[in-house]
Amino acid sequence: MSEPVLKTESLHKSFGSLEVTRSVSIELPRGARHALIGPNGAGKTTLINLITGQLTPDSGRILLDGADITATPVAARVHRGLTRTFQINTLFPDLTPIEAVTMAVCEREGKASQFWRPLTAHAEAIGEAFEILTRLRLGDDAMRTTRHLPYGKQRLLEMALALATKPKVLLLDEPAAGVPKDESAMLFSVIAALPEDMTILFIEHDMSIVFTFATRIVVLVSGGVLLEDEPDVVRSDPRVREVYLGQAHG
Amino acid sequence: MIGNLAIVLFDGLAFGMLLFVLSVGLSVTLGLMNFVNLAHGAFAMLGGYATVVATRELGLPFLWSLPVAFIVAALVSVAFERTLFRRLYRAGELNQVLFTIGLVFVAAASAAYVFGTAQQPIELPEFLRGVTEFAGFRFGSYRIFLIVVALVITGLLVLGLEYTRFGAQVRAAVDNQRAAQGLGIDVDSVFAMTFALGSGLAGLGGALAIEMVGLDPSFGFHYLVYMMIVVSVGGLGSIAGSFVAASLLGVADVAGKYFVPELGAFMIYLVMVVILFMRPQGLIGKR
Amino acid sequence: MLNARTAADPHAWLRRQARWSPWEVVFWLATIIPFYFFPTYLTLASQVAVTALFAISVDLVLGYAGIITLGHAMFFGLGAYFAGLLTKTGWGEPLSGLVLAGLFAALIGFLVSFIIVRVQHLALLMITLGLGLLTAELANSLGWLTGGTDGLQGVDVWPIFSRFEFDLWGYTAYAYALIVLFIGVVASQRIVHSSFGLSLRGVRENLTRMPAIGSPYRRHLQIAYTISAGLAGIAGAVLTQTTETVSLDSLSFQRSADVVVMLILGGTGRLYGAILGAAIFMIARDQLSGMNPQYWYFWIGVLLMVVVLVVPNGILGGLSRLVRGRGT
Repeated sequence: MSEPVLKTESLHKSFGSLEVTRSVSIELPRGARHALIGPNGAGKTTLINLITGQLTPDSGRILLDGADITATPVAARVHRGLTRTFQINTLFPDLTPIEAVTMAVCEREGKASQFWRPLTAHAEAIGEAFEILTRLRLGDDAMRTTRHLPYGKQRLLEMALALATKPKVLLLDEPAAGVPKDESAMLFSVIAALPEDMTILFIEHDMSIVFTFATRIVVLVSGGVLLEDEPDVVRSDPRVREVYLGQAHG
Repeated sequence: MIGNLAIVLFDGLAFGMLLFVLSVGLSVTLGLMNFVNLAHGAFAMLGGYATVVATRELGLPFLWSLPVAFIVAALVSVAFERTLFRRLYRAGELNQVLFTIGLVFVAAASAAYVFGTAQQPIELPEFLRGVTEFAGFRFGSYRIFLIVVALVITGLLVLGLEYTRFGAQVRAAVDNQRAAQGLGIDVDSVFAMTFALGSGLAGLGGALAIEMVGLDPSFGFHYLVYMMIVVSVGGLGSIAGSFVAASLLGVADVAGKYFVPELGAFMIYLVMVVILFMRPQGLIGKR
Repeated sequence: MLNARTAADPHAWLRRQARWSPWEVVFWLATIIPFYFFPTYLTLASQVAVTALFAISVDLVLGYAGIITLGHAMFFGLGAYFAGLLTKTGWGEPLSGLVLAGLFAALIGFLVSFIIVRVQHLALLMITLGLGLLTAELANSLGWLTGGTDGLQGVDVWPIFSRFEFDLWGYTAYAYALIVLFIGVVASQRIVHSSFGLSLRGVRENLTRMPAIGSPYRRHLQIAYTISAGLAGIAGAVLTQTTETVSLDSLSFQRSADVVVMLILGGTGRLYGAILGAAIFMIARDQLSGMNPQYWYFWIGVLLMVVVLVVPNGILGGLSRLVRGRGT
């Protein structure tokens, strides 16, 4: 197996006396389609916050392409190709999708500090933004104010913003959270169509989706990794059934 | 020189205690709801005018007019809280600042209309006038009274917060509002009560302030800056923080005016900016 | 066919957003009216222009970048004093004085911006307020330099291009202030419609998302704050040059507060809201100048409460909603 693109080494995080992340070591090889599952409160979002830098771990290391990024600020991690989406829409309500995504492209290209050059002069950035939106079936809504978009389209925009940073590693925090079932299948078909060499870790609660799209599954329970294996193994593991199904039906 | 220093320290402490009574309510309500209530200054002024009316028009003795100031400010403030302020809890700081400063403007103009722009005189009982001699120093009797009142209030607040059920609810709500709600605490009414209590204290402070710093329609505006400094430097929702910050500010203000009058309030603003830059959450702030 | 294509073309759409509207042309034509019909009000008109420029500088940080400031008079006053003191050194040429005053205020703004971008909420409010107050105190106590409460006297400004003397009636003053305002608006529009301006709106709309799309947003805010301080300084310098005096009032908290009121009244984040708010505020104050200032602030207070509760986007925001609401 080749060198992993993203790697965590025994990450720890506590809030007061509450241990939310315990000794988490995971590896994502290039082009991975890993799912991160676990009952509510297992610390899935916290793990993503640690990896992308919204939170700082108490101990442990995070490596991107072999380089230690544990102390690197959020924005700098994004520039190195590590991007996330948010479980709760974290958008720009009064901007249109074309404005928001163009902004993300300009930030990536380091053009966002140019205060004297008109936005429209960045034709390539605008073109790229529109291309991303079109790919995510938001082309017709590109010039509507974000706050007026239906919820499902806002979820797509959440992803479009992340894609505009040209990520090598993309962490998706419940991309289909709150979306009706038929639309969530559409969302995941968009994810399935992403470039093969893009490394993806996604959190998802719907097991049928997890087993369709993930090539490997990480099971997180009470902040620690219970199991990491291929879908078939995870599906038949008695501990997973107990923890996960017990929770789901309890 | 040492005599001067002692008097300056004493006067500063007395002024600081006044600032504490004026500000502590604002600190707790800000900590509870993150509501930047600049109208707190207007409630303080209201308490001052309530005392003026109670002593001059109704003939109440000064000491009996103090609870009147408290109650009037508490009742009026809670009426505003229930009808207007609550619409602004989610409105962002700027809107809160603008709305409540608007209220301060209106209050100042109304006070000028009713009472005129002159300083209001107040009749003190005999034992609060003049000076008390102690260890060779002459201390103003009223300032001693002020310090005692402030210390009693501090004691009551600390005990009340620590040992009463209501106090526990307030602490829980300041700490973590959602968790408190989860525990079945009615944060809404806890807040209304706290708001009334805090504004009542401001009203009491306004009444106590008349003898020391005077009362005119600009009071709400003028002392607002002092109150905001106490609250932000002390740290939101912290009684101890407000106490420390108010004492420091009081002593610094009096000492500055005494020893380096040419600098005015420059040092105070500078110290505030530096402290807030180093510790944006205030000296004893949780957030 | 062609129309349908351009409607879906993002480039064309974005160009339309930055285009001048007919209203703006009408507005600028209307600014010439005072020369011909209200020559007795030229002094007021130039003060409106100065204040409008100041309000625009505040709009850049408050309206576009979402940084609350209660102490922006600091930069206005620094520019005003710089321009005044410069003439006392024997150099009274106004245009270079204007530029230098702007650069000076911008430099101070740049230094202050390191503090501003690191704090939020109440601390930010109090730090901007505190910096404004301490600058005013400083100017007051440095009486040998600033003239203290008497103000800076003996400011001698040379004629513009050695030709246009600042006359008693204020023709030159208003023309000068108006041209500087116009340049200020055009420059601000250029900034607002750049990729930088877009990122500023991003910061205002969602601060937490900005780092997650790789934005060094603190640097953006610093740039915005510096530009805004410079613009405020230029506004202050124009006031000095057109009135040939500087008073402590130029640094006062009152000025910082009034400008926020004007901005909220007119509508934030749309430049012309700042101009409209400044014009209404200044003209109303002039018309009601016979009124006791206490009562003037009564109405300002009522107005503030009504605006916050009823039209949170200001007059211009409310109007544009009405117009758009009818259109669709």
